[in-house]
Amino acid sequence: MYKSFLIKYAEIGVKGKNRYLFEEALVRQIKYALKKSEGEFAVRRTDGRIYVDALTEFDYDETVENLQKVFGISGICPVVHVEDEGFEKLGEAVVRYLDDVYPDKHKTFKVAARRARKNYPLDSMEINMELGGIVLDAYPEMRVDVHKPDILLHVEIRDMIYLYSEIIPGPGGMPVGTGGKAMLLLSGGIDSPVAGWMIAKRGVKIDAVYFHAPPYTSERAKQKVVDLARKVAAYTGPIYLHVINFTDIQLYIYDKCPHDELTIIMRRYMMRIAEHIARQTECLGLITGESIGQVASQTMHSLAATNEVCTMPVYRPLIGFDKMEIVEVSEKIDTYETSILPYEDCCTIFVAKHPVTKPNLNIIRKHEQNLQEKIEELVEAAIAGEELIVVR
Amino acid sequence: MEVYLDNSATTRCFEEVAQLTHKILCEHYGNPSSMHHKGVEAEQYVRDARETLAKILKVNEKEIFFTSGGTESDNIALIGTAMANHRRGRHLITTQIEHPAILQTMAYLHNQGFEVTYLPVDRQGRISLKDLERAVRQDTILVSIMHTNNEIGSLQPIGEAGPLIKKCNPQTLFHVDAVQGFGKFHIYPKKMQIDMLSVSAHKIHGPKGVGLLYLREGAKVNPVIYGGGQQKGMRSGTENVAGSAGIALAAKMMYQNLDRDMEGMYGLREMLISGVSQIEDVKINGCPGREGAAHIVSLSVRGVRSEVLLHALEEQGIYVSAGSACAAHKPQPSATLKAIGVEKDLLESTIRLSLSVFTTREEIEYTVQALCEMVPMLRKYTRH
Repeated sequence: MYKSFLIKYAEIGVKGKNRYLFEEALVRQIKYALKKSEGEFAVRRTDGRIYVDALTEFDYDETVENLQKVFGISGICPVVHVEDEGFEKLGEAVVRYLDDVYPDKHKTFKVAARRARKNYPLDSMEINMELGGIVLDAYPEMRVDVHKPDILLHVEIRDMIYLYSEIIPGPGGMPVGTGGKAMLLLSGGIDSPVAGWMIAKRGVKIDAVYFHAPPYTSERAKQKVVDLARKVAAYTGPIYLHVINFTDIQLYIYDKCPHDELTIIMRRYMMRIAEHIARQTECLGLITGESIGQVASQTMHSLAATNEVCTMPVYRPLIGFDKMEIVEVSEKIDTYETSILPYEDCCTIFVAKHPVTKPNLNIIRKHEQNLQEKIEELVEAAIAGEELIVVR
Repeated sequence: MEVYLDNSATTRCFEEVAQLTHKILCEHYGNPSSMHHKGVEAEQYVRDARETLAKILKVNEKEIFFTSGGTESDNIALIGTAMANHRRGRHLITTQIEHPAILQTMAYLHNQGFEVTYLPVDRQGRISLKDLERAVRQDTILVSIMHTNNEIGSLQPIGEAGPLIKKCNPQTLFHVDAVQGFGKFHIYPKKMQIDMLSVSAHKIHGPKGVGLLYLREGAKVNPVIYGGGQQKGMRSGTENVAGSAGIALAAKMMYQNLDRDMEGMYGLREMLISGVSQIEDVKINGCPGREGAAHIVSLSVRGVRSEVLLHALEEQGIYVSAGSACAAHKPQPSATLKAIGVEKDLLESTIRLSLSVFTTREEIEYTVQALCEMVPMLRKYTRH
């Protein structure tokens, strides 16, 4: 029954002279998302609106689901097309449309007509009144409410006549690609995919880095990270996943530094490597899934210690979230079930029974001196040996 | 060098078997139930397969049923017996170290109101016949004992168990899960008084997705799958023609030179065991000698987590499994290892190496050497 969608967008409406950049990005992202749907579509911008028209048969549910993953969309209105065959026929079409969409008629409504084609015999006010009367005659249970109607029935007179009233919520945010690019430290846990998703929602393109430690972590742990990246990529578009072999660095730190500082020092090197790759790939910041106090390496003291090694901004969108709140988002974006698969990541394999929770920066720096001899060489080798996986 | 030592998880298909199944799938693809020639031709493959397998087991062709694998055979044996005999009794007996296909099915039957006795095992992973004798009651409808354990390779006294069960209660049915034992040992259900026997093709170099159930004629067992009434109504569904022919040919090849092949495999196993025994603090679980299966070695390496050892071996091209592959993606430690009393520290430090007729002397030497070099290195880095 539906032939097109009217795409509503909230924030990009207020971007002044940059507006066209945002709209173009949104159209691009919509086109990309629709590639995954069966059928062919045309996406067009007219009169400050974006329409998605189906050119062929298409799968309605699948298409809506894909559109709901495009950041920047605040609402999706499924539109019915009616051939202009006179006002009487239009009235019949409206009555039929209401019956299809709203089986329960105990609702208030208002007709909001709009004439894009000015030569239509009736003007907007007349259309509103006439159609309102026809609807009331057809469904006596319905009532008009011009202030807060349950159903706001839009009637747009174009070459065809468009009818729509439902608004399916979109994800909000801004179109990916309007906000630069950032490097996500993706671990395989619950938090980091959510963190990446949240930053992407603000229009930021995402690349990711994953540290693995074979033979201490398995190939399945890596596959799990690729699977998570794929879930996030459904929203963000392709993600370049940089896989870094961290084993030698980790074992070297294990040999040279106190074991209760292992995690902190390890994380400092992860941040250094992530920043290095971020610069090479023109990222403007790093993203982590840290949340204050969640584990020993995420206390204020520990965060300060890991933060110190980079100059790039580190975005931590989950910093004030409780675990349950993070889980809620991860369930919404469908990463939760993958995240809880029981494979060890390289942060947990050598974790000490009692890791420091209030690391002293001076002491950490002093202990890092123990690594002087080989660490640079190992870091370089790790970066040189990266494996790049393009996740779509 | 690539060394595949995970043959208890699955095996490489014999080239001949792969060719035969390919030919059947692409040329003789008829439905055995069809009236026309294509159907008759396909039916002939299934008949021949049944005949081959009946000969190997020394049973009647009518007693061979094709299934989707060991798990399904086990399910039919257990659930089918329970459904057909629950008026006579609701007591079942099995062991603590069975494969999940048995243990989980027993747990299901327990929830359905059946009583299940789990026989304990000694440190070598063997049940005691005394325990078995004491466990069989007037209302015992089924005893299910595995032939060869999949994790440690221990063998059960099947030949003595059969007559013993029948002596205690002639009406009790005896099922043997021979998924790991078939193709490695001579198993004769009639002589051993076995009523049901489960076999899987992919453990003996056949294709995945096919198995067989030997079901003694006259044994009272209900079907579990209903439909078009194929295989005398015992297992409905269009016959897996290629799979049936495949399992038969694989079995035939396994039994052609069984004694010689097993002798060779025992030799390699001894070499492997004596090789890794040089490493400090390594323990062999189960029966290291001839009382154990020729193809399975369970190894506990103190201070090294099995997953790490597995991946370290993988880097050298050696494929083994952590505990048992069938249960390896579950984080809980193996019930079998617990039942034979492996100490807690070693439960998560146990790997399984399993050989096949393809395993060579060089591969074992290479593996022993890799383990000797790797274990001291891995022990240096531990969690604490």
